[in-house]
Amino acid sequence: MKILLNGEPYETVARFVSELIAEQAPAVRVAAVVNDRVVPAAEQATTALAEGDRVELLTFAGGG
Amino acid sequence: MNQEDDALVLGDHAYTSRLLLGTGKFASADVMARAVAASGVQIVTVALRRFDRDRPDDALLTPLLAMEGVTLMPNTSGARNAEEAIQAARIARELCGSRLVKVEIHPNPRHLMPDPIETYEAARVLAADGWLVMPYIPPDPVLAKRLEEVGCASVMPLGAAIGSGQGLASAELLKIIVREACIPVIVDAGLRAPSQAAAALEMGCDAVLVNTAVADAGDPPAMAAAFAQAVAAGRSARRAGLMPVGQEAQASSPLTAFLQGGERV
Repeated sequence: MKILLNGEPYETVARFVSELIAEQAPAVRVAAVVNDRVVPAAEQATTALAEGDRVELLTFAGGG
Repeated sequence: MNQEDDALVLGDHAYTSRLLLGTGKFASADVMARAVAASGVQIVTVALRRFDRDRPDDALLTPLLAMEGVTLMPNTSGARNAEEAIQAARIARELCGSRLVKVEIHPNPRHLMPDPIETYEAARVLAADGWLVMPYIPPDPVLAKRLEEVGCASVMPLGAAIGSGQGLASAELLKIIVREACIPVIVDAGLRAPSQAAAALEMGCDAVLVNTAVADAGDPPAMAAAFAQAVAAGRSARRAGLMPVGQEAQASSPLTAFLQGGERV
């Protein structure tokens, strides 16, 4: 399925947000936003992805 | 004086350190972590960024989370309006669970001046939603008071433009903000030297937030420690009460005439 991941076209076999995150294998915790909705950590495993979804995965970086 | 009875209170949290440190611009996560440790800060800011598995600088978080007594204060940098800032705060809460948020909305990258209207709107919504809102603002006493009235935990007026190192360019306005405020006033941005941080505390500001001044120093951990000492000295001086400024000389030694009398033994 094709989605938009962090603004870029992305092909994934992930069916749920949690699977997409696992696919990215982040070393730190990431937050997920699907079509502008913040997905709480507890709902990542049950939030299904659909063709064309806009998904943002975010983490902390240095900042002032 | 005892620091224990002189805490910086933000909402229901009390902090003994009156220095807050940003985590941007450091040469490495290791240098940043050593600066945090050397300064004894209890609040550090972090920014949100898209996760990029090809850029593993996300290593920042691991050392910070391992440090005892360090609270993360996510900022909303990158938000261009209130709606984006509110969304950023909600995303950040998913990452760290913190109720502290630095509302930072500066739409123009050339001068990075905070947008007072969008900042006020974001702060109003987030404060009503239970956040400890720390808005980064222009040094405007009216805006500061309005933000206090909507329930912000502090106000963070700028000393000078972000990263400029121009010091307390806004000093006279900061004094008015301090005089009127019933919530902590934290000078955020523009400082270069520890003496400026001391001056901010001496004039009654409750704390300062620095980043570039430490990150771009020759020895960031040593500079972080110097800022911590300056902030503590400035606060002690404020509490001790500075002497008034006089118009004329006032002798501090007795002016007895032993030189004129020719009676030296």
